[in-house]
Amino acid sequence: MNKLMRNWPVIALGVLLAAGLVAPLATGASPAGFYVEVLLGGLMTGVLYSLVALGFVLIFKASGVFNFAQGAMVLFAALAVARMAEVMPWWLAALLAIGIMVVLAWVIERVVLRPLVNQEAIALLMATLGVTYFLDGFGQTVWGSDIYEINLGIAKEPVMVLDGIFQGGILVNKEDVVAAVAAAALVAALALFFQKTPTGRALRAVADDHQAAQSIGIPLNRIWVIVWSVAGVVALVAGVIWGSKLGVQFSISQVALKALPVVILGGFTSVPGAIIGGLIIGVGEKMAEVFLGPVLVKAFDLAGGGIENWFAYMLALLFLLVRPEGLFGEKHIDRV
Amino acid sequence: MLYRENGQFKTSYVADQQMLPIRQDQVFMIALVVIAFAVVPFVASDYLIRAILVPFLILSLAALGLNLLTGYCGQVSIGHGAFMAVGAYAAYNIATRLPDLNILIVLVLAGLAAALVGMLFGIPSLRIKGLYLAVATLAAQFFFDWVFARVKWFTNYSPSGSVSVPDIALFGLVLNTPQEKYLFVLAIVALFALVAKNLVRGHVGRSWMAIRDMDVAAEVIGIRPMAAKLSAFAISSFYVGVAGALWGFIHLGSWEPLAFSINLSLNLLFMIIIGGLGSILGSFFGAAFIIVLPIVLNQLPAALGIPISTAMVSHLEFMIFGALIVFFLIVEPHGLARLWAIGKEKLRLWPFPH
Amino acid sequence: MQHARKIGEPILSVEGVSLSFGGVRALQEVSFDVREHEIRAIIGPNGAGKSSMLNVINGVYHPQEGKITYAGKVRQHVDPHEAAARGIARTFQSLALFKGMSVLDNIMTGRNLKMRSNLLFQALRLGPALKEEIEHRAAVERIIDFLEIQPYRKTPVGRLPYGLQKRVDLARALALEPRVLLLDEPMAGMNLEEKQDMCRFILDVNDQFGTTIVLIEHDMGVVMDISDRVVVLDYGRKIADGTPDEVRNNQAVIDAYLGVAH
Repeated sequence: MNKLMRNWPVIALGVLLAAGLVAPLATGASPAGFYVEVLLGGLMTGVLYSLVALGFVLIFKASGVFNFAQGAMVLFAALAVARMAEVMPWWLAALLAIGIMVVLAWVIERVVLRPLVNQEAIALLMATLGVTYFLDGFGQTVWGSDIYEINLGIAKEPVMVLDGIFQGGILVNKEDVVAAVAAAALVAALALFFQKTPTGRALRAVADDHQAAQSIGIPLNRIWVIVWSVAGVVALVAGVIWGSKLGVQFSISQVALKALPVVILGGFTSVPGAIIGGLIIGVGEKMAEVFLGPVLVKAFDLAGGGIENWFAYMLALLFLLVRPEGLFGEKHIDRV
Repeated sequence: MLYRENGQFKTSYVADQQMLPIRQDQVFMIALVVIAFAVVPFVASDYLIRAILVPFLILSLAALGLNLLTGYCGQVSIGHGAFMAVGAYAAYNIATRLPDLNILIVLVLAGLAAALVGMLFGIPSLRIKGLYLAVATLAAQFFFDWVFARVKWFTNYSPSGSVSVPDIALFGLVLNTPQEKYLFVLAIVALFALVAKNLVRGHVGRSWMAIRDMDVAAEVIGIRPMAAKLSAFAISSFYVGVAGALWGFIHLGSWEPLAFSINLSLNLLFMIIIGGLGSILGSFFGAAFIIVLPIVLNQLPAALGIPISTAMVSHLEFMIFGALIVFFLIVEPHGLARLWAIGKEKLRLWPFPH
Repeated sequence: MQHARKIGEPILSVEGVSLSFGGVRALQEVSFDVREHEIRAIIGPNGAGKSSMLNVINGVYHPQEGKITYAGKVRQHVDPHEAAARGIARTFQSLALFKGMSVLDNIMTGRNLKMRSNLLFQALRLGPALKEEIEHRAAVERIIDFLEIQPYRKTPVGRLPYGLQKRVDLARALALEPRVLLLDEPMAGMNLEEKQDMCRFILDVNDQFGTTIVLIEHDMGVVMDISDRVVVLDYGRKIADGTPDEVRNNQAVIDAYLGVAH
């Protein structure tokens, strides 16, 4: 009972969100089929966010660095695949892109991380901000600044399903299904990697305590290159899926920054947190935009929607106030 | 030989705690102020004033505001573009709805509006720090982007979403020419810089720096974290709000909501990193850098005979910014201001080697 | 120990204080008192909970059980700045100096509680604000003289050698003009000369200002020499309490230090 009372802000927030989630259905404001479509759409966007956030979490877990440049890496990888796929089959482009991301990881570790190894978190954050800007300019110089397409050979037209249960059926995108499956496979692979392989164990040791890991002979620098490469691969997968769905164009803000609220919700060091956080943000955003938006427009005589631009961040802000470590993160104790 | 403290002994605490204790510095500063106020308006071209000096001054003010919060008090904010927007829109609304109000009062009110909003979004800083706080400030940035784009009252129901400012009247004189605007902005920025210097020398400034360096220890010696952090947010946002109002009124004249987007916030952060965190002078250096770099990038290749497209210039800009951020963080985390200080130290010895 | 002032009534006492972090029990039902004007040492093997005890006294940690009585007021726990306002100052084992500031500024932050001029005056550095700055600068200079760190006043604290940094830490605590001074291993990492200097300073503070001193220290020679009474902690429990001589001959204390299984 005590624990319940101490955690009341979190519970209140949870109840509020749950209420918001079922409101459109409960109040009958939206037909069931449409509601499910929006829900699915939100989940799919959420999967994409999760993939980007996954890269964040990996790097933060292993090196304590908050990689602001993760989004830029996603875009860089996606652009690489998109442009190279113009002259070769997409799977070959993807393989080459993996190589490029590994090289990129190595360069970042050498040039940026190693010299800053003893600085505080803020300095590292700002350094990755610098990397973001650099990748933005460099990526556009090398790959170009138009919108490019990634064609994975998946049919783009939505498919109608479940029209027996819901009136009119539900439109589901095959691409989205592929994305969800790919994300699930990736998470499973990463989980196996971390738990079962020696390198994975080393990564977890480094995440816990750099100095202790070093003192038992774990080569910090090499581990970091590995981590950043894995994050690069994750970025690649995210980028390819995202790019296939929406087309790829370098634009600094939205992609990278959206993943921040995700890791706030999920906890900076939790892989399942990144997934669940992404899904919550994806669904929350979509629901807010489609169902809450028109309500607000009517009530305040607004000039249009766009709630999804800030909903994720406000949600993150609320979480920061009631549960800063996120749903699955670790509480930070300051020893003096 | 030139730059020596030889013979300059301080015999009172007041003298020792002066802003510019070294006489050569005092002379330099006085010369700078005289040139800025009395010489530049007559000598500089309209283009130089309008396109370079005025934006430089206003951005310096904004960078100064952010530096007070991030450089002196250690609270990271990537949402300061939103507070500039609050200042700008507040000034716009006040000036349009109360047209006879003196521009100075409009600016102060705009600053206060921004200060209130800043304090509100600074409340999370009592529980969270570092990059968590940065994300919270992002919430402010995107929320206000949306508010000023969608809530029609703020743009006075303008159909396109953009606003244009009325004439600026200062005690009866309408500010029309670039020179008049320049002097107006210069006076404001000079005053605000002086005040900032006094604040960071006083106990408020020390409490900020204590919180930045080690907040647990600060609490233990009796500094209230809430008072220090909220005062930092409030004052910083006030500065940035006034800068935003000046930016909109004097530099832009008319603007759409995206004029104060995340790019502006990130630019401000770059200014203070490159210029020097925790340095008043550094804010000016950083702003100068951000203004001058695109111009150099635009003119230099042409001057050297290498043709580069405008898009390419913008990419180069990004790459150079990014590379410089990393460079400064590694080599000289205290930015150009520290390099300047080191230069002065060397100058003290010159021409002797040690 | 001869004192200029007579040792008075208990000014600070902890009763039944228990503190845990997650599964780790740092303190278990510790009770002792500290009399005014005395020098009280807290000793014990590493990990005994000594620093945690100091942290509880000045409010950095909040104990799960027990109460703290200070200057007549009984509390479950305090806030650090409240403790400072009521006259408890401390130094830290791992120097908590403000690395970005000079020695002078570091000590000046200790005067923060006493500086009341409002923002507007500070902004223009006029009248009350300026007067205050000068007044407190004078007070800080007296402390700087007392601790003999005059040549370093403008040096950034991070550049000083360890021994001098510890002196600055002490100076900053003294700037609060505290009634009770909590010192966490003030002589750690010092050589013999530095230790003698620090001992002298601590005794002078106690003599000249009458400050009550609670001191964590590992050097037994120092403890026996300068303290009036000693508390011994081991694994978070109090195992002895008395004069240095009583404690020195206590079997439980000897066992604790020799690591005899218990």
